[in-house]
Amino acid sequence: MAERRAFRWHIAVFLAPAVLVYSALMIVPLFGTLNLSLFNLDATKTRVFVGLANFATLFGDPRWSDAFWNALGNNLWFFVVHMLVQNPVGILLAAILSSPRLRMAAFYRTAIFIPTILSFVIVGFVWKLILSPIWGIAPGMLDMVGLKSLFAPWLGKEEYALTTLALISVWQFVGIPMMLIYAALLSIPDEVIEAAEMDGVTGWSQFLKIKLPLILPSIGIISILTFVGNFNAFDLIYVSQGALAGPNFSTDILGTFLYRTFFGFQLQLGDPHMGATIASAMFFIILVGVCFYLFAIQTRLRRYQF
Amino acid sequence: MSQARHSAFRSVAAHAVLISWTVIALFPVFVIVVNSMKSRKAIFADPLSLPGPGNFDLVGYTTVLAQGDFFQYFLNSLIVTVASLFCVLLFGAMAAFSLSEYRFRGNTLLGLYLALGIMIPIRLGTVAILQMMVASGLVNTLTALVLVYTAQGLPLAVFILSEFMRTVSEDLKNAGRIDGLSEYTIFFRLVLPLVRPAMATVAVFTMIPIWNDLWFPLILAPSEGTKTITLGSQVFIGQFVTNWNAVLAALSLAIVPVLVLYLIFSRQLIRGITAGAVK
Repeated sequence: MAERRAFRWHIAVFLAPAVLVYSALMIVPLFGTLNLSLFNLDATKTRVFVGLANFATLFGDPRWSDAFWNALGNNLWFFVVHMLVQNPVGILLAAILSSPRLRMAAFYRTAIFIPTILSFVIVGFVWKLILSPIWGIAPGMLDMVGLKSLFAPWLGKEEYALTTLALISVWQFVGIPMMLIYAALLSIPDEVIEAAEMDGVTGWSQFLKIKLPLILPSIGIISILTFVGNFNAFDLIYVSQGALAGPNFSTDILGTFLYRTFFGFQLQLGDPHMGATIASAMFFIILVGVCFYLFAIQTRLRRYQF
Repeated sequence: MSQARHSAFRSVAAHAVLISWTVIALFPVFVIVVNSMKSRKAIFADPLSLPGPGNFDLVGYTTVLAQGDFFQYFLNSLIVTVASLFCVLLFGAMAAFSLSEYRFRGNTLLGLYLALGIMIPIRLGTVAILQMMVASGLVNTLTALVLVYTAQGLPLAVFILSEFMRTVSEDLKNAGRIDGLSEYTIFFRLVLPLVRPAMATVAVFTMIPIWNDLWFPLILAPSEGTKTITLGSQVFIGQFVTNWNAVLAALSLAIVPVLVLYLIFSRQLIRGITAGAVK
């Protein structure tokens, strides 16, 4: 009885590959990046420890901070558009899809999810084509309904470009909130719905009063996934506007800023230390967002067990 | 009577909303595929018309297929995606099994450690990953991409699969133990076949971002021999910017494989989600 159980080797064997690969390529590099952000080159091009000086440069030195705050502000707007358009549209589509006796539900579900599986290269290219003032389909279609005067080269105008890209991204990813909310709605037990119907709560008010409170945890998860995804975005901007995030940096977000800083562009050389500093700043922004969600929001969400 | 009319109206409204969004969702794909099969003149003159006897032309596809590289890119993508998918599913299932099956010290902590990667994107470690790959001489190899994607896919795989493995009957596993099966046999012969639907869900969620990723191929493997199809078509667009037939054909070809896999798995996907792991 008192004898210790023999070391169970199979547990170690089962865990080892996942833990090793994950630690070596995810956790160690992440700390490597955080560590690298504390160093910089001195006048003689040797690497010296500079503490938080890189962060002070990034936030305070106008050569860096203008670009950084611009990228951060754009990124916030990118996120706001997703929260205001993508998630409500996703919830609406899921609510309609989950209504009983709806025909062709599987077809709609599959079709609406298709943009999500396309690569950013395709998405960026096709929307540039559609919105192009020269070849574009959009001007022609607006012309057909007599609204040609509304057309503008949306991707080329500083004031519209970022919002246009955010809406393209919404178009692409609306399938994800739709699927997750759809799954959550399907998992609401029939008894709850039947009880509501007995009490005369149907249709729209049933959705607001019965279903919405029950799917709030899923909406929370979607919001945090959207947040992480948006603050990590890069590809769509890169393929449609290039690493310079034109016009005039109006679509620059943290991902493109990191790429430009780390690898350099045109005549500027890449700077791994400042690149690591930006990556660390992104890490802390995401960490703050995730912690805010976990401690301030998730603990207040009431969960129902059926 | 009025109840019935009311519900008919609602059903029409529901279909109207769904059909409009379906049209919005599929329209761009339609534009690419339709125009890839038309002659150059027809693309510019009437981009919305269907390919017909007057303007049908496959010159775009022949241009793309004449480029030997394109096939190579395709193969690279396939190798990277399949190899990473295999590693993610195997390693992820093994880790999920030991986390859900055995009680040992640090179990919960290890679970949290592995789940951390769902929230923190691997891209933020790019600077250090590149230095590591340079140091180990893996830059411009497909191995580098497979390693990175395996690490990227593992957290979600472990999370979803361990939820599912908890539902596998204890009695079944214990019966196996009484019959003298080793823990390895129990895992590979009893548990793995039972969690196949969950594996399909994980496969879809893992495969799509890998096939479509532009960031790591651009940084870790941009050489001619290791380009993936996503990076290849991005470069292709740059080079052939005036050859619309070729670009549209290349994009249509790049859509096909992931679309086919999605259609195969989509039934499993919704079953996997509703079964409870991602709620």
